[in-house]
Parts: sequence; structure tokens; C-alpha cells
Amino acid sequence: MENHDVIIIGAGPAGLSTAMRLRELGVKDVVVLERETKAGGVPRHCGHFGFGWESHKRLMSGPKFAKRMASAANDIDIRTSTTVLEFTMRNSLRVHSSKGISDMSAKRIVLATGTRESSRAAQLIGGNRLPGVMNTGTLQQYVYLKNQKPFSNPMIIGNEWVTFSALLTCRHAGIKPVGIFAEEQKLDAPWFFPLGAKFAYGVPVQTKTKLIAIHGSTRVEAVQFERNGQRNMIACDGVILSGKFKPENALLATAPSNIIITGNALGTVHTAGACVVNARALAETIAKDLQ
Amino acid sequence: MDKRFDIAVIGGGVVGLAILRRFAMSGLKCVLLEKGADILSGASKGNSALLHTGFDAPAKSIELQCMKAGYAEYIEIRQKLNLPLLETGAVVAAWTEHELAALDGIIKKAHANGVADVKKLSQIELRIREPQLSKSVLGGVLVPGEHVIDPWSAPLAYAQQAIAHGAVIMRNTEVKAAEFKKDEWQLAGITARVVINAAGLFGDHVEALVRPSPFTIKPRKGQFVVFDKPAAKLARSIILPVPNERTKGVVLFRTIFGNLAIGPTAEDTDERENGSTDSATLEKLKARAIEMVPALGDVNVTAVYAGLRPATEQKDYVIEALKDQNWITVAGIRSTGLTGSLGIAQHLAKLYAKNFGKLPKKPPEPIFTPVPNLAEHSIRPYMKGGEIVCHCEWVTRGEIETACSGPLPAGDLGGLKRRTRAMMGRCQGFYCGAEIASLFKEAAHGKP
Ligand SMILES: Cc1cc2nc3c(=O)[nH]c(=O)nc-3n(C[C@H](O)[C@H](O)[C@H](O)COP(=O)(O)OP(=O)(O)OC[C@H]3O[C@@H](n4cnc5c(N)ncnc54)[C@H](O)[C@@H]3O)c2cc1C
Ligand SMILES: Cc1cc2nc3c(=O)[nH]c(=O)nc-3n(C[C@H](O)[C@H](O)[C@H](O)COP(=O)(O)OP(=O)(O)OC[C@H]3O[C@@H](n4cnc5c(N)ncnc54)[C@H](O)[C@@H]3O)c2cc1C
Repeated sequence: MENHDVIIIGAGPAGLSTAMRLRELGVKDVVVLERETKAGGVPRHCGHFGFGWESHKRLMSGPKFAKRMASAANDIDIRTSTTVLEFTMRNSLRVHSSKGISDMSAKRIVLATGTRESSRAAQLIGGNRLPGVMNTGTLQQYVYLKNQKPFSNPMIIGNEWVTFSALLTCRHAGIKPVGIFAEEQKLDAPWFFPLGAKFAYGVPVQTKTKLIAIHGSTRVEAVQFERNGQRNMIACDGVILSGKFKPENALLATAPSNIIITGNALGTVHTAGACVVNARALAETIAKDLQ
Repeated sequence: MDKRFDIAVIGGGVVGLAILRRFAMSGLKCVLLEKGADILSGASKGNSALLHTGFDAPAKSIELQCMKAGYAEYIEIRQKLNLPLLETGAVVAAWTEHELAALDGIIKKAHANGVADVKKLSQIELRIREPQLSKSVLGGVLVPGEHVIDPWSAPLAYAQQAIAHGAVIMRNTEVKAAEFKKDEWQLAGITARVVINAAGLFGDHVEALVRPSPFTIKPRKGQFVVFDKPAAKLARSIILPVPNERTKGVVLFRTIFGNLAIGPTAEDTDERENGSTDSATLEKLKARAIEMVPALGDVNVTAVYAGLRPATEQKDYVIEALKDQNWITVAGIRSTGLTGSLGIAQHLAKLYAKNFGKLPKKPPEPIFTPVPNLAEHSIRPYMKGGEIVCHCEWVTRGEIETACSGPLPAGDLGGLKRRTRAMMGRCQGFYCGAEIASLFKEAAHGKP
């Protein structure tokens, strides 16, 4: 079985930073496994500004940040199109690549698999099953990676930072949202976001408004929402479900209980820069531990 | 294309496709007309995917007869078509004294229906078999022959086998009018000697082309909640409730794709297409599942969906040949059509021979066209390599390409999902949604 000092699962900001710091600290045999065709993680498709403050002391766009990280890590053994399927034992993994399935082991395994936003189904949102209902991350892939516009006037749902990332993504693609609705009492985002949304982009932000159902026959035609106990419909042609992050950690089902986790896979959502800073600190602990 | 056929089937649901297969394999020239962009656009799009024994079906009904014949034929042909079978068995679980008292009646009925291996389980036997079931379960009935299959690859296999035997499937073809002249039907630009109405949720509308419909479709909706894969190990058998008059009730079942699901509800509705879910019902289903298997409280929901049963005012299937009009009606295949379809097709072959002339004496040598396996418990393509594009269900680029080519390529994104499982996992397309949509677009319209 192929064996290494450290295997890192996931080549997002957290995984790449862990690997680079380990190398700096003299741990030579580090491998990063990444299921996508490119390293960089979620920032690859966040085409707007807002990345790198904590780590690089300057702001850049997601793709630029991802490229920077990936090229800084160019001397590291990063295996793309390589999916970790499960843990087979404490320190070994079953791994899929174009050649088939093989097992790999390491003295330390780090989970840096990131998070995803909650799907419509996971939130039990009713109505018809229709195309044009998606998370922010998916919209960004349509817009920034595929140059496509999946709808023209969607409703944005959410109250987090990423909700405004959805708005920026829409702006970039010439999509004009009909509004931003959040079921929560308050927004979990800086005060100037809703003001910016309203005055710069003309998109109204409304809290205490719960999405109940999504309706349409072959496309989204309207959303039903509840506010102050009253239900109403608003016309739109798509729905962006933003936030309510869940760690992408299906691997935990087979992982040992003392598994090392870094980045957003930990469950709380941080900026990419913060993930870098934390991952570098973690690498120091791992390096010491290995000595 | 030659536009004259022996038989035209209206409706590409599981029933229409099984019928098309049977007649094409008998050597007749057949066409199927489906209004949707792909097959399985109606009732057959969302069901529980259980292969039923018929242990609780109405005695002496056509339904029971077709289910038993359908079950047997599925088992007989499944390996040749590469169709999966997850041999779970089912347990009818009693949660109240009243239900416990009903168990003997269920066993008696099952035996009368010819399902001889059905037997009682004491509370202890049930707990040993299903240790994750809530302790409040009182006892049950074991039905060893109830199993789980793939709701979509089975009808796809029937379609492909029919095509291999010369049948034509026309999609995006809605039958709105039909004319019967000189012993022949003209419809949707083709000519056929005999028309078979297998229009499911629109059976009554299509029936009106030949006569004032003697039945009305009264759709009955069933909603489902699907739990993430770690849940599958929490139940070995299908957990059935003690049924009442109206419905089989809410079932907890494993899926062939490695999940655990609960459903369906039974709600009368006016919807005939794209059945909707509602949060309150989904919440209730989820709560009921957790009540039955408390450990489900720690498992996320992967998917929710609704299916529409093409029920009529009648309990049994409506199957009838109109001899003078060269027409066969197959309607009201409400809640057992996935199991019954192959049996219905056998029944129709007899009905045809009786009313419209003998089937060819020497049918062609059967050709078997295996479908790709989607079942979690057997070998899947990613195990041999390739590039995984759907990361939750481990679907490869090669599988997507296969589904978009061949004699019956996916007609829409829904069809692609049903053929591959892509986007049907826990992220519901968060990671791969844009990529899969663009792969589909490329396959359908050529590279941009
Ligand atoms: C829509 C959106 C907008 C955002 N906007 C900003 C912003 O403006 N500024 C900012 O600082 N942050 C932003 N963020 C947050 C930022 O993207 C994250 O902080 C950062 O990506 C977390 O890094 P990570 O390495 O933990 O995870 P990720 O970037 O998610 O990387 C995880 C990697 O692991 C891989 N992986 C997962 N499972 C496996 C497996 N089984 N086998 C192999 N590989 C696997 C994945 O393919 C992925 O490449 C945004 C996030 C989203 C979703
Ligand atoms: C909630 C639920 C759970 C179920 N569980 C099970 C189970 O566990 N096991 C089991 O065996 N069965 C089950 N069933 C039953 C099974 O799904 C149905 O019996 C079966 O799908 C009916 O198929 P059909 O071909 O008759 O109808 P449909 O699938 O509705 O097919 C009819 C087709 O005709 C097309 N059509 C309609 N009008 C026209 C027209 N004018 N021109 C051209 N095309 C037209 C439609 O687009 C459609 O594709 C369940 C059903 C539901 C709803």
C-alpha cells in the first residue's frame, strides 16, 4: 500500500495551506488529494472580491486567490481528480482515481473537505420540483465557470455573508433579483450590506419572512412566503438558497474519532483567509507531533 | 420511418413500456407515443420502488394476478437485463393493540393470496431482526418476498429491449386527436391497427378519444422524505404499517441507491403533473420516521419528492378491450404498477389474441439489452476508474455520456438524473449541478 507522512483530503485554502506549512517545517512526504480537476477549492468559482485579507493582507477575487494558493503550492504532490471514498482503517483510505480504486495510508490524515450550503430538500422547502433552484455556490459555477445565466429575476433567500455574495454574483451576470428574504429576525452580516443591496442595486431586503414553497409548472414562476402570519406569493423565475452551511464530512462516518480536521470542514464557516491562518497553525502542531 | 404499425401505445410510463416490450418481442410492429421530453414523465417518475408479492392485494383481482405474474417475470429476466434486486423482505409492524389484533387477518389473507411464506413475528423476534426499531413496536408479520428494485432502470430496460425488437419510441409527442377509419387508427402522424391507452394520469382524457370515459382519474399524491446513506443500515427490512382500507400507509424502506426513505402519504389532489410537496407534511413524515427508528434523528435529509397515483373511482385495475374499436384500455394502475407492469403486459397479450387476431406463431429470438447498474450493493462503474463528476453518488463522466447516447438518450435533465443518479445525493447539485447541466447541454446540442 502507498504510504506517506501526511495525507490531506481536499485542496481548498485550508488543505493547501496545511500542506505548504508542513513543507516549510520540513515534513517532506505530504500528499494532497483533491476530487475536482483543479486545486483551489470553493474560491475558484467566487468571482467577486473579498478574499485573502487575513492571510495576504490584501483583498483579491476568489479565482485570483485560488490561483495564487495553487501556484505557491506547485512543488507539492497534489493529485487532482482523486476522490477519497472512505477510511478503511485508522490511518488508511480507499481512494478513487482514473485508474480505479486503491488504498493509501499515512502517519497523519487531515480532513480539509470544506462546507456546502443546505439544499432545498434538506430544508424541507415544499412546492414543485423545478430547475432554477440552487445554492450560491452552484450559481457561481454557472456564472463564473460556465458563463451561463440560469435565470433573470430570482429570489435570494438567506441572512448571511454569502447571501450578499449571491447578490454580487447576480450583478456580475446581469441578473436582477426580486428581493432578499430571510426568515431570521436579523441579518448575520455587516450593517452596510442591506443598505448597499437596497440603494446601490435596488434589491429590497426583508427579514422575518419565511419561504414556504416554490411554485411553477416547468420553470419557477413564484415563491410563497409567510410574514406576520400571512402568506403571499411573489413572482420570480428562480430561487437562490444561500448559506445554512453544512460541513462536507460524509467521510466522518468511517473516520477514526480523533481525526484531524481543518478549514470549514470543522463546521463553522470562516473566510478563506481565516482558514489559511488556522490551517498553518494546525500544521505546526502536526509537524511537532511527527518529530 | 415507415408510419404503419400493428400497435400504438399511448404513454411511456412503466406500464406502457412493459406492454411495448411484450408486443415487440412477440414480433408485432409497435410504436409508443409519449408527450413528455422523456419516458417516465408521469406517475412512474416517483414511487416507492418496492417489488410487491401481492400478499395484501384484493383477492381474485386482476391486480393480484398481474402483480404475481409481473413479480415472477421480473425475477426471471432481471439478470439478463442487469436489473438489481435488494432482497430486504418486509415486516408489517404493529404499534397498537388494535393493530396487533389485525395481524392474524393479514397472514390469513396473504396465504389465501398464495403468498405462503408469510408468518408472524413475536415482539422479540422482530426486535432481533430490526434492533433499531423503536421499543414500542409490539409485534409483526414477516413477508420475506417483498423486495426493493430500481424504479427507473427497470422501465428503461423494457424500453431498450422493445427498441432492439424494432419498436419505435416517439417522445415529445402528445396524442390530442385520433381518428378510427377502415379498421385503422390515425394519430400523431402515424397509422396503427390497434391503440393501447396507457396514459396513466391522463388515462381518462385519452379514453375520451374513443368513448365517453367510463372512469375518471382521481390523482392521489404520495410524498416522501429520503435520508442520507448512513441511515440505510438502520433497517434491514421494509417496515410496513398495518394497512387500512384506503392505502397501504406510510412505509419505511431502503432504496436501491443506498438510502432509507419514508412515504408515501395518500392525499387526493387535482394535480396531474409535477406533484408538489409541502413542508408541513414533510416535517410530519420525518418525525414519523424518527419515531419508528429513533437513530434517524442524527441523519440528514438528502431528498424529498412527490409521486401521483393514477387512481380511479374503482379499486381494481381497469383493463378492457373494445373489440369493435380496435382499442385496449389500461387505466387506474394506481399503486402497484412497477411490480404489475410485466404481468399486465402478459395479460394484454392474451386479450389481444382473443380480440384482434393471433400473435405471430414464431416470435423472434429474444434479444437482451442490459442497462447500466445503479444499485449501491453491486458493482458500479466508478470502481473501475474513470472520472467522477457527481461526488455524492460517485457518477462518472462515462456514465453521463452513455446516458446521453444510445437508442434512447436522456430527453431532459430529469431523465439524465434517473439514468445516472447524478445530482441525487446529499448535496443535490451544489458541487456538480452546473457541470452536469452543461454536459447534458453539450450532449443534446453539440459542443458550444
Ligand atoms: C458562495 C460562497 C461565497 C464565499 N465568499 C467568500 C468571500 O467573499 N471571502 C472569503 O474569504 N470567503 C468566502 N467564502 C468562504 C470560502 O470559500 C471558504 O472559507 C474556503 O473555501 C474554505 O476553505 P476550505 O479549504 O476549508 O474548503 P473548500 O474551499 O470547500 O475546499 C475543500 C476541498 O476539498 C475537496 N474535497 C471534498 N471532499 C473530498 C473528498 N472526499 N476527496 C477529495 N477531495 C475532496 C473539495 O473538492 C474542495 O476542493 C465563500 C464561500 C461560498 C460557498
Ligand atoms: C407514491 C407512489 C408510490 C408507489 N409505490 C409503488 C411501489 O412501491 N411498487 C409498485 O409496484 N408500484 C408503486 N407505485 C405505482 C406505480 O408507480 C404506478 O402504478 C405506475 O407508475 C403507473 O404507470 P403508468 O404507466 O400507468 O402511468 P404513467 O407513469 O403516468 O405513464 C403514463 C404516460 O403517459 C403519458 N401521456 C399522458 N397523456 C398522454 C397523451 N395524450 N399523449 C402521449 N402521452 C401521454 C404521460 O406523460 C406518462 O408518461 C407507486 C405510485 C405512487 C404514486
